Amino acid sequence: MTIPMTLKTKPRGLSGLIRGTMFAATVAATALIAGMADAQTLRAVKHSDLRVLDPILTTAYMSRNHGYMIFDTLYALDSDLVPQPQMVDTHTVSDDGLVYTFTLRDGLKFHDGADVTGADVAASIKRWGERDGMGQVLMDFVESMEQGAQPNEFVINLKQPYGLVIDSLAKPSSNVPFIMPARLAATPSTEAIPEQIGSGPFTWVADEYQPGVRAVYAKNEDYVPRDEPSSFAAGGKVVMVDRVEWVVMPDDQTAFNALQAGEIDYWESPPSDLLPILAANPELTVRNQNALGFQTIMRPNTLNAPMDNVKIRQAAIASVNQKDVLDALVGNPDLYNLCGAMFVCDTPLASDVGSETLTEGSGMEKAKALLAEAGYDGTPIVIMHPTDVGTLRTQPVVVAQAMRDAGFIVDLQAMDWQTLVGKRASQASIADGGWHMFMTNWVGADVFNPLVNNMVNGKGPDGGWFGWPNVPKLEELRTSYATAATLEEQQVLATEIQKIAYEEAVYAPIGQYFVPSAWSNNLEGVLDAPAPLFWNISKK
Amino acid sequence: MVLYIVQRILAAIPVMGFVALFVFLLLRLTPGDPAAIIAGDTATPQQLEAIRDSLGLNDPLFVQFFSWIGQLLQGDFGTSILSGQPVIDLISDRMEPTISLALTTIILSVVIGVPLGVIAAWKQGTLIDRFVMLLSVLGFSVPVFVIGYLMISAFSMSLGWFPVQGFRPIGEGIGPFFHRIALPTFTLTLLYIALIARITRTSMLEILGDDYVRTARAKGLPEHKVLMRHALRNCSVPIITVIGIGFALIISGVVVTESVFNLPGLGRLTVDAVLSRDYPVIQAVILLASLIYVVINLLIDIAYVLLDPRIRYA
Repeated sequence: MTIPMTLKTKPRGLSGLIRGTMFAATVAATALIAGMADAQTLRAVKHSDLRVLDPILTTAYMSRNHGYMIFDTLYALDSDLVPQPQMVDTHTVSDDGLVYTFTLRDGLKFHDGADVTGADVAASIKRWGERDGMGQVLMDFVESMEQGAQPNEFVINLKQPYGLVIDSLAKPSSNVPFIMPARLAATPSTEAIPEQIGSGPFTWVADEYQPGVRAVYAKNEDYVPRDEPSSFAAGGKVVMVDRVEWVVMPDDQTAFNALQAGEIDYWESPPSDLLPILAANPELTVRNQNALGFQTIMRPNTLNAPMDNVKIRQAAIASVNQKDVLDALVGNPDLYNLCGAMFVCDTPLASDVGSETLTEGSGMEKAKALLAEAGYDGTPIVIMHPTDVGTLRTQPVVVAQAMRDAGFIVDLQAMDWQTLVGKRASQASIADGGWHMFMTNWVGADVFNPLVNNMVNGKGPDGGWFGWPNVPKLEELRTSYATAATLEEQQVLATEIQKIAYEEAVYAPIGQYFVPSAWSNNLEGVLDAPAPLFWNISKK
Repeated sequence: MVLYIVQRILAAIPVMGFVALFVFLLLRLTPGDPAAIIAGDTATPQQLEAIRDSLGLNDPLFVQFFSWIGQLLQGDFGTSILSGQPVIDLISDRMEPTISLALTTIILSVVIGVPLGVIAAWKQGTLIDRFVMLLSVLGFSVPVFVIGYLMISAFSMSLGWFPVQGFRPIGEGIGPFFHRIALPTFTLTLLYIALIARITRTSMLEILGDDYVRTARAKGLPEHKVLMRHALRNCSVPIITVIGIGFALIISGVVVTESVFNLPGLGRLTVDAVLSRDYPVIQAVILLASLIYVVINLLIDIAYVLLDPRIRYA
């Protein structure tokens, strides 16, 4: 904030008096506010508002981010996407691979002063396993979980060997297996926990929380970080500021001005058209923190004709050119990738099998041929179009036009995102308000293997994800993937899953894009991570 | 008069009841499902049903309605579906920014707008009149967000006199309070000055042609007394009406101004609640807005009597 240091006009008469009084009041107020400002408070504008405080109840990314502040995890991924112990000190696996025994590291305490015990861990993992897809798979293999011989021990007994126990516990994005006191973890997983007591590096400042306005966190003075340096979500969580405030700013221009004026320190997701201006400001840093980026997808509803016909679904996907979508959505080629890998490009499971038409934009003739072969009767395809979300309102328009070019009749139905969220859960026919297709975006970490990627779930109307493809072969392969012993085996299975998913046209990635964040150069140590993390950051 | 006020208050009860029923039904007919919003992207239909059950959304509509009315009659507005916070706390947290903005805007608008309107009428057809009307047209025509951004660009980013955004409660000091509320007040004031000045001018022009004004002038009263004591007082009824309705409009939410200046007011609370289908919050803020309109209309009616003794309510 700039404080005027000289008064260039001499006050004269009434107008001069008014000007002088206003100026004096401004200077006094500015000085007062500057004095009140705490250099150790980090103010951040996040991508959305924090509404639901239970990171297990919901998959909302804001709730996940809140979880990283308050709670801790048993394991976490490092920058090589390898699980590293976080709350765990050591673990052992029995020779038959059926018994995992974990020992928690010393000094772990909840914010209410209680020690973290194996009983807390067991209750937390059980609740997470009821909600999360990867957790549910883990629970299918679990015979029992309980506290070990010592209070700081935790034991998982499996029914059969399962190769992804540690990977599951290190899951980096929604839902993250956060550890909470057993009394909170006893809350039914369909209800929100009543308190925000974790063992994480920040404590919750409940009396300053205003939904839609701000959320406030204080440094947890009792937190004992690991000795290793921070890496992605793993390593030592060393908090270097006293407070973190998440400030809600519904208007991008306001956040833009506030960052440039120094009223906030960090802006999680500036719109791409403002990035060049932010990057040109020498007092700011603009950087993509999440190398996996976002995957934007199109999802057909396999229950409603004509999308129940696989050839029609294939035609719809073949008509789309990722470059068209990304040019319209992002614009700057530095911020997007043409990527047909369902499990995200530049990951161990990445493959381009089946995605050629999407990334090459060469599928229009194939789409027309498929439509003719399928005997498409001109039934309008209902595409849900959320017009109120900047990162979701473009794709339906581009996809609809591509489909029209291929010969589809498209009914692009405008609605707000929350209407779409409610409507997509409906398995009703089109006549009863059903739908054929919608688009959404996923953080890369939420789709980077066949267990967390909901779109390759082939369980159908009972247990499948919105769109509900019934493809038993996908389920067989996902089960095989869960029990695969080596990475090579996992890669083969993942590639086969992707091949079948494209053949069955259960969904299509229509691009990968990146959302850089911007922050003041007063901040040092901002981490690249699966979510915006606020440890390791110091403020000058 | 007292009987009239009592009658008006009693008449407000069925109005509020109708609003409650209308809002409740309208929300339930609107597409969208708060349970789906809470559950997120990976919820199964079974999990959605379980969350709906826990929120009571699967109960029959009449059960939900009478349960809500029963709570209201006990002064309980319920809790937010999403945040779990008491609705009354959410609303009371947002009242201060909104009332502060409404008061500062209306006071400044009246102080500037009424004299401008009087002067424009007094100097009808002159350059002053045309200038005031030009300002009025601009105030009406330029969108509030444009004025807001221009204000921020000039007074915050270039001159650094005011912060870009935010609100400080008056309890944290008069200086910080006015420092933060100044720009949004100036922004909204332009609109309300335009409105009040125009109404004042029009009303004054009607009055200034009346016989009793000519008589007042003929008997040698100074012009300022003619204008202020005879003309302005007699045209105060429409001006008070506009001021009252303007105040109610600001109280019930000026979401654009609140968004541009990041003021945590009732307008943003309402929009956020609508977008997230937070039924208890939406119902409460709409009921509150209705109540504000009823009360302000009542106050306007009472003001009529005080300002114009010819008006009597049976």
